[in-house]
Amino acid sequence: MSQATATVEHVPTAARDQPPAGTVGPWAWLRANLLGSWWSTAVTLLLGYVIVRVLFSLIEWGLVNAIWTVPYSANGIADTSVCQNVKGVGACWAVLVDKYRLILFGRYPYDEQWRPAIVVLLFIGLFIVSGMRRFWRKELVLIWIATLAAVGVLMWGGVFGLSLVTEDYWGGLPITLILATFGLAFAFPLAVLVALGRRATKLPAVKMLCVLYVEIIRGVPLISVLFMASVMFPLFMPAGVNVDKLLRAQIAFILFAGAYLAEVVRGGLQALPKGQAEAADALGLSYWKKTAFIILPQALRLVIPPLVNTFIGFFKDTSLVLIIGLFELLTMGKVALSDPPWQSFSTEVYLGLAVIYIAFCFAMSKYSRSLERDLNRSRVR
Amino acid sequence: MSQATADPRLIAARVAPKRRIRLSWTDPVFRSIVWQIIIVGIVLVIGWYLVRNTSENLAARHIATGFGFLDRVAGIPIGESMIPYNPAVNTYGRALLIGVLNTLKVAVIGVVLATILGTLIGIGRLSKNWLLAKLTAFYVETLRDIPILLQLLFWYTILQGLPGPKQALHLGHVAFLSNRGMKLPLLDWQPAHSWALLAFALGFIGTVLWNRRARKQQDATGIRPAVWPVAFALLIGLPVIVWAALGAPFQIELPELRGFNFQGGGTLSPEYFALLLGLVIYTASYIAEIVRSGIQAIPQGQWEAAAALGLYPGQVLRRIVLPQALRVIIPPMTSQYLNLTKNSSLAVAIGFQDIVSIANTTLNQTGQAIEGIAVIMAVYLTISLSISLFMNWYNAHLALVER
Repeated sequence: MSQATATVEHVPTAARDQPPAGTVGPWAWLRANLLGSWWSTAVTLLLGYVIVRVLFSLIEWGLVNAIWTVPYSANGIADTSVCQNVKGVGACWAVLVDKYRLILFGRYPYDEQWRPAIVVLLFIGLFIVSGMRRFWRKELVLIWIATLAAVGVLMWGGVFGLSLVTEDYWGGLPITLILATFGLAFAFPLAVLVALGRRATKLPAVKMLCVLYVEIIRGVPLISVLFMASVMFPLFMPAGVNVDKLLRAQIAFILFAGAYLAEVVRGGLQALPKGQAEAADALGLSYWKKTAFIILPQALRLVIPPLVNTFIGFFKDTSLVLIIGLFELLTMGKVALSDPPWQSFSTEVYLGLAVIYIAFCFAMSKYSRSLERDLNRSRVR
Repeated sequence: MSQATADPRLIAARVAPKRRIRLSWTDPVFRSIVWQIIIVGIVLVIGWYLVRNTSENLAARHIATGFGFLDRVAGIPIGESMIPYNPAVNTYGRALLIGVLNTLKVAVIGVVLATILGTLIGIGRLSKNWLLAKLTAFYVETLRDIPILLQLLFWYTILQGLPGPKQALHLGHVAFLSNRGMKLPLLDWQPAHSWALLAFALGFIGTVLWNRRARKQQDATGIRPAVWPVAFALLIGLPVIVWAALGAPFQIELPELRGFNFQGGGTLSPEYFALLLGLVIYTASYIAEIVRSGIQAIPQGQWEAAAALGLYPGQVLRRIVLPQALRVIIPPMTSQYLNLTKNSSLAVAIGFQDIVSIANTTLNQTGQAIEGIAVIMAVYLTISLSISLFMNWYNAHLALVER
């Protein structure tokens, strides 16, 4: 197919470069995307009507008729009668204005709440740094260790002139982030070992143990693992040893996350061409050298997008510790709602919480998708 | 074969050399055995340590062990149950059975509804209509990012905040939605209906057999006998005839407002309704993505080739695209079904009495935490295993037959 055989049209060049009339411009876009056929037109009209109706009532409820502040009585109790009057017609965002610090930071001492605030920022910074590809090397492990140590120091205090705050007073967003991030950080090495064990055909007993662990944990709901941590764990410990509730939930989370991450890592190990392992064997590398320098660096790079997706899942799953009575974000929302004046404004509080979760998860999933595109660029023709 | 025996080198390759294990670290077999003994040993020691601690703790707290409590009278009040239950008479065993049935009730209906909704939304995202595509994308992006527990609590408070039965929202005075849950008309069940159902089942088997015969005939002669008239007669005609022959009983019981609550009709309790709503809406957002990517995984050329052969769009979808897309769709769909089932355990947060909720009450009453959690885990492992076995079978059934 050489260019010479193409039909020559006797049209001025400038006009030939223009697309045919009727395929560009807003009207053409409308015709192609909204009014393509009578069926498409009907869908457009119906959806348009519903969307406009819903949007208008939402704006009316959430902005026009909304109440942002309420008066307080002399002893500091909110007078929510203004909100009660507009219930069903207007939103009462005053509940969030009144309670946002309780919801975000729990019962952490009020004057010290800058510490959990910095912790939240540290976590966000950690996520951003981990997301940048120029940081994907061994030093990243050090960054994680340093950040998690800083988180511990800030939350507990007791050193550097910070007052000591025990776990009983922690709550809100920091707990959610701690459970998810520490869960990932500790579950990951465990998951790598289990995934390797599951592929160790020469060690049938070890393989069996790994398969059992992964399949049992993945077969039961997270709640049952959390119940185990809250009611069974104290029985496991020798008399007199008392493990804190948050730590117990964290251990349950790590065990749970380990099984799921192990499957993700195993996917990466399986995707790696066999030749890599064989070449390493041919070079005479030992099992651990082969794994550490040849297999894992390539396999783990492959699993970063699914790893992010699994992390999003853990982030949402942290809300389940509500059931065993830990004060993470969602629990704090419920605690805020247990205050008598604000009891009937759960919709507003739940919407506020949903926005926080969506902000985190949406950013992460957007990142994971762009990453997947970038990493697949070599495979797309 | 005779050639192989002639060549001594090949014999050596085929018959593994009989080697004795040397008791040396340089021997791989010896090394692997030592490693396994060490690792299994560590696990066993930890396990033994935990068991010893537990039995000491149980003895110190005078907690009984074993499943003897299953035969004791439960005394747990249960709001909704599919089998007769009386807390004063029935045992823990029966209470737990009700929990299992309630879990299955949510899981089965939830899986069906989530598949339907998810498929519709997944196809909607591929629509050429810009508004529909964007709206369904918005649905997926937001609902996937909100924890299921938050969604359940949200729906539950919404349902509780509905007006009472007197001001119930209604659909043509037939179905009512109030803070007492959803009230639906119920068919007054007669033996004739059971017979009609049996006739339908027989008709279904007959249709499958007829379809198989038709396929055989098509393979043999190239002409496919019509299937749909037979299917129509067997699936609809036969049950209707049976039903009509038994007097065609048809009585619908409508829910009716009497005093402060509804009488008659079927009920979906607010707890069940909220749980179902939350699970279906949440899982549908994942299923939509699976369906979308499954359909998109089919190369455009398949559509074009089928169209070039003169197939109708419906035929292309049914005969060309779907059979291929299902292969991509089924494995992730299986894990979504499993997720929905496992997420149904969150019922405990809104007070629907599923297995977790009832087992939790049981372990609080008896103090037998280990047995209670063992029951929960055993039930979910059984359900998970059954679903994955069934889906694996279905997947193998659909899998591409390769050389």
